[in-house]
Amino acid sequence: MTITEKILALHCGEKKVTPGQFILADVDIALGNDITAPLAIEEVEKLNKKNLPHPEKVVLVSDHFTPNKDKESANQCLVVKKFAKKYAINNYFELGCGGIEHALLPEEGFIYPGELIIGADSHTCTYGALGAFATGVGSTDLAFTMMSGKIWLKVPESMKFIYSGKLREWVTGKDLILYAIGDIGVDGAHYRAMEFRGEAISKLSVDGRLTMCNMAIEAGGKSGIVAPDETTLKYIEQFKIPKSKIKVFESDKDAKYVDIKEYDVGEIEPQVAFPHLPSNTKPVSQAGNVNLDQVVIGSCTNGRLEDLRIAAKILKGKKVHPYLRTIIIPATQKIYLQALKEGLMEIFINAGAVVSPPTCGPCIGGHMGVLAKGEKCLATTNRNFVGRMGDKESEVYLASPAVAAASAVKGKIADPAEVM
Amino acid sequence: MIIKGKAHKFGDNINTDDIIPAIYLVTTAIKELGKHCMEGIDASFPSKVKEGDIIVAGKNFGCGSSREHAPLAIKGCGISLVIAESFARIFYRNCINVGLPIITSQEVCKNINAKDDIEADLLKGEIKNITKNKVFHIDSFPPLLQDIIETGGLIKWYLKGRIFSPKK
Repeated sequence: MTITEKILALHCGEKKVTPGQFILADVDIALGNDITAPLAIEEVEKLNKKNLPHPEKVVLVSDHFTPNKDKESANQCLVVKKFAKKYAINNYFELGCGGIEHALLPEEGFIYPGELIIGADSHTCTYGALGAFATGVGSTDLAFTMMSGKIWLKVPESMKFIYSGKLREWVTGKDLILYAIGDIGVDGAHYRAMEFRGEAISKLSVDGRLTMCNMAIEAGGKSGIVAPDETTLKYIEQFKIPKSKIKVFESDKDAKYVDIKEYDVGEIEPQVAFPHLPSNTKPVSQAGNVNLDQVVIGSCTNGRLEDLRIAAKILKGKKVHPYLRTIIIPATQKIYLQALKEGLMEIFINAGAVVSPPTCGPCIGGHMGVLAKGEKCLATTNRNFVGRMGDKESEVYLASPAVAAASAVKGKIADPAEVM
Repeated sequence: MIIKGKAHKFGDNINTDDIIPAIYLVTTAIKELGKHCMEGIDASFPSKVKEGDIIVAGKNFGCGSSREHAPLAIKGCGISLVIAESFARIFYRNCINVGLPIITSQEVCKNINAKDDIEADLLKGEIKNITKNKVFHIDSFPPLLQDIIETGGLIKWYLKGRIFSPKK
């Protein structure tokens, strides 16, 4: 069996599961946000129950339209807060206590190897980076899980991605995943578990792995996963999770994969996904002359400390282009504070960037950085669909924080090597 | 259940931002969401839909976010069935869970043009293109999903206690 099949078997009480099989699995953590939780809450409230069976397994984070962008979004956040209070959901993260969900949950120790996590948000697949099975579901699924503790799942086929070799300078997890999506397309891993392996993945930080698994959905994947190793176990040490709870699985030597992709990372340059699909990738050297109006560094994909450190390394002592807005969004309050202590915020402000509180805002064209007609933005986010960040005639280019910072300085898409 | 309506055609990789842009995700009211259905591609779409009409699309329909507002917006504007060559997985499960009928079939999609009159008998698994005078037969859902669909969606399935004796 693959690591994914082993985790799913454990959670449905079977010795073995096979791809295509339908299971009802036990859920360890169920996540909702200010957009998806209100629909789930409506369903749960209809049942007039006094308690949820497992409030400790529910995590609620209002992060999409927060700080509340208007009356309607304020109301949705209020619905979430009232529900958390009523059902004694202690894992409710108010503005100021949390941040962007997929950066927050790993940071708070909710995620560890062998768990099964569902979230009413497509980027829930992020958590596979710590050796868990995690997948995005809908609001009705979230309601069902809150009521029953379970989820229906089809056991996915697994697809293996082997990254060998040594990373070039300025090449990060973001580039590795964009490269793979460019190779296989936005439905290239349709319904599949994407298993990331190889020497380059072993050497990748937890932050880099979270970025990679975060974008599994952009290839149509059900989940992304990195088998737990020393890096994983060292990272989760800080949470003092009882050893009996941590299930370190590894794929068997004879595990079946529907497809295997092998990449030599030494051949991979920093990548840029052009409008309007994440698969529309090019090496940065072939980006041509694309003038930009805005750069965003942040999101559940790339708003972690490592991302901010890379951006600061490039922006230190430089100024962003005068006709370009640069928005930097630390993904959580803890990341924000640490970045402040390290002096990164001073570098950003001196460079002429604006620092936003943690929010998903601009990535979904919600607020805090919406694009006008005809504007072009390079963002470290995960989707560049038509109108994703604002006007239908605006454009979004996806890249790493390194490319984003370099592009902010140049005012156009740029290779970090050009400015360093 | 027999569904009758005209076909509205869309291409590959229609994403959830196309189906319902994120700025409208500040409500859970189905009719309100329906007013903005497909706004990312064609803002006049809701005005073109007659109750019962059908969406016919290419590969990977519903890719992108997990927003259940996408199938709800489709329902809310009067669409009764989506037929696609393939569906993105979260969209697919959302449809099963909220009771928006869907059919996956490359053959059917290739044989329907925009504005064709379609009749679908979901229980029999039969799709008729009345305009072209063609009939297609489709596979039934896996037993667990069929059970959820027949019970009227995931919440009803839970309330009826099916969770303790699921079909596998």
